[in-house]
Amino acid sequence: MGKVLMKGNEAIGEAAIRAGCLNYFAYPITPQSEVAEYLSRRLPEAGGVFLQGESEVAVSYMIFGAAACGERVFTTSSSPGISLMSEGISYITAAQCPAVFVNIMRGGPGLGGILPSQADYMQSVKGGGHGDYKLLVMAPASVQEAVEMMMGAFALAEKYRNPVMILGDGLIGQMMEPVEFPDSLKAEPTNKDDWATNGMATRNRKRRNLVKTLYLDPEELNSHNLMLKAKYEQMEREEVRYEAYNVDGDYRVLIVSYGTMSRVCRTAIDNLKEQGFEVGMIRPQTVFPFPKTAIYAAVDRQSCRAVLCVEMSMGQMVEDVERSVSGRRPVHWYGKCGGEVPTPEEVMEEVRKIVK
Amino acid sequence: MGKTFQKPEALADTITHYCPGCTHGVAHRLVAEVIDELDIRGRTVGIAPVGCAVLMYNYFTFDFQEAAHGRAPAMATGIKRVRPDLVVFTYQGDGDLASIGMGEIVHAANRGEKFTVIFINNAVYGMTGGQMAPTTMPDQRTTTSPFGRKILDTGMPIKMSEMLAALQTPAYITRQTLLNPKYINKAKKAIKKAFTYQIENTCFSFVELVSTCPTNWGMTPLDAIKWAEEKMLPYYSLGVFKRPEEEESATSSSSAKNG
Repeated sequence: MGKVLMKGNEAIGEAAIRAGCLNYFAYPITPQSEVAEYLSRRLPEAGGVFLQGESEVAVSYMIFGAAACGERVFTTSSSPGISLMSEGISYITAAQCPAVFVNIMRGGPGLGGILPSQADYMQSVKGGGHGDYKLLVMAPASVQEAVEMMMGAFALAEKYRNPVMILGDGLIGQMMEPVEFPDSLKAEPTNKDDWATNGMATRNRKRRNLVKTLYLDPEELNSHNLMLKAKYEQMEREEVRYEAYNVDGDYRVLIVSYGTMSRVCRTAIDNLKEQGFEVGMIRPQTVFPFPKTAIYAAVDRQSCRAVLCVEMSMGQMVEDVERSVSGRRPVHWYGKCGGEVPTPEEVMEEVRKIVK
Repeated sequence: MGKTFQKPEALADTITHYCPGCTHGVAHRLVAEVIDELDIRGRTVGIAPVGCAVLMYNYFTFDFQEAAHGRAPAMATGIKRVRPDLVVFTYQGDGDLASIGMGEIVHAANRGEKFTVIFINNAVYGMTGGQMAPTTMPDQRTTTSPFGRKILDTGMPIKMSEMLAALQTPAYITRQTLLNPKYINKAKKAIKKAFTYQIENTCFSFVELVSTCPTNWGMTPLDAIKWAEEKMLPYYSLGVFKRPEEEESATSSSSAKNG
């Protein structure tokens, strides 16, 4: 199949189907309601399950129930909705069930606004709900990348038995771009009989399965959390993804930016290059695990004098960048968080300012 | 003659953590007997609540999921939608179902989800230590209503069965009790009927069981039974509040009227 022009939200829904996930529960919220609208027509046609839940809280537990009986399942929402789902996400992570959550971020805090934002960085990569847990979080910079991340998310969720989150800013959901759905990214079925509550007849009635999150014995809970921690460490070893841009020359500034914001930065870098000012960029594609080794290596370049973190939040990613830079270069922040996307000119001006 | 009374296969051979005189043990046994009789153990998934019954999976011998407080009906919805061939039941107390989980239970019932709910109404939060529940009786003392439940402050006890029966979607909704053997036999029949409706993919099914909590009521088991009979049963009347057959005929007669 060739390329088709699709709105990001619809492409994300279609990508899940093409990856082999036919179960979707959701609650409408701007700016991603098109996913539910699209799937309410498309899933019945594909022989799948579509259900609009009564709240995001309920939806997160519909996801939990379905995932816990071994079925592939996903939902999509936006910032305030993800806050409500975070209770369920904590349980799903504790119970080690695979599931995929998509957050098409809008402005916050509170109702905030409905325009694009990246203000849920902390919520997504540091936890969100209660307890010690992490999600594997991927941040697409184009509709095509959103499709590929979405298609790849199910295999990753099953590999780690942990929820995976696709973290897109509002632009990813709302813009239209040509996309294709690579067959190679279809997720192979995996056997879940070891743990899934899919009826003990599946296991010749020999053993029953139990999906739970309560560990009253302190040693048992500690061991459980150590086991979860080992999974996050494995993600840090095996799943880090990033893109390096214009890092071959002697760049004076290194930009760290992700999602749609990184595309604006790319234009700024190209423009500055024409003016003889070299700027490199590391674009995290996974924000957890964070590409800290790549950033550490990139600031090692002798020409690099400073780091600029550009994001549509009040600098939520800065502490991860600082952690990666380890104090060897000053780390600056530039961004907007009201729904407007900073322009290439604004980014260029900021770059010049920090190395004046 | 062989054994005439034995432990159901669906029930684990273990000691429970429930207090003396608590009715959870009876309710568990009835559910287990019904699962055995319907021969559905191999495809049943139970959903444990938050509350005294959170560890109920230790007493059964089939697949279980453990829910967050009040969310069991949403989890059951998730399972039934993606695996309609599984038999799913939630087992919830009154704090879980009638307070924090009110949204989930109402919408699951209204969508007509094909799972079964066993609702234990003992007029109090058990596991957290006897706090006031939405089902606590007027003037009943609890650890958060030390001077008795005041209607002016906290309203009247919620009648869940009547409330759910008011929904227009076909369902099987009944209130039974476990206070004596005669009631227990009827309760078992209701539980079996509820599971049968589910297996036949007929409707949402809900069995409320008026129960006791001697520990948190501060009574002996016998006094607790007496109190429940005197105080709870006149308010929480027993019976079937809704049958799917009635709803179908009601719908067809109203449409005939409209036509």
